[in-house]
Amino acid sequence: MEWIIASDVSEIAAVVEAVAGACVAAGFADKACRLNVPVALTEAMANAIVRGNGSDASRRVRVSACITDDTLRVEVTDEGNGFDLAAARALCEDPEWVEREDGRGVFLMHALMDKVETWCDAGHTVRLVLRRT
Amino acid sequence: MGFAIERDGDLLAVSVDGQLVVGNRQEFKQLVLDEVEQGARRVLIDFSNTGYIDSSGLGALVSLGKRIRERGGELRLAGLNEDLRTLFELTRLDTLFKLYDARDTALVGF
Repeated sequence: MEWIIASDVSEIAAVVEAVAGACVAAGFADKACRLNVPVALTEAMANAIVRGNGSDASRRVRVSACITDDTLRVEVTDEGNGFDLAAARALCEDPEWVEREDGRGVFLMHALMDKVETWCDAGHTVRLVLRRT
Repeated sequence: MGFAIERDGDLLAVSVDGQLVVGNRQEFKQLVLDEVEQGARRVLIDFSNTGYIDSSGLGALVSLGKRIRERGGELRLAGLNEDLRTLFELTRLDTLFKLYDARDTALVGF
């Protein structure tokens, strides 16, 4: 499955619904389909649209999803230069983190997925991996 | 997705239907802030019909909680199923908010 969307957060819901639906059909656990996949993918897409592409509607976000026998892999690619994933993840160690309005997205991706990888090539890509349990 | 509001004096109850996410968090936040500006001090957000919340939605709740406290009010969250509780526990926001299983219990002593 593949989508190429404009950098508009209103585009997120349809993609998330399709990927979560594919996970249901593939027999992933109910909670993974209801919570882990929708939230983690929403975070990755929102980061790509808002941080990566600066909400510039002329810039595109590519989402591809693949389900094999035991694993979901989703890749979200924007046209930006990426960001320091480790630094973003480390925000949760800040004593003031609970009181912050932002800074939970990367943390949630890691908490809800089995693996999160990022790299810059032709744009910046985040790969989410969830294994079937 | 949408929000239903009920107002009784300084009590405001907001039901979140669907998701509270990056695409609607600003609408949600402004809706509640407008009511707070108009005197709402006891604010109950009911998630009984909510699927999931992303980091933007959680952030909106943190922001609203601060604003309501500054005005001498209180924010309570009700109707959280196991999935939603998981999100609050992972992010430690269960230490910041008062969480209730149902609207009725959230309203006791409110």
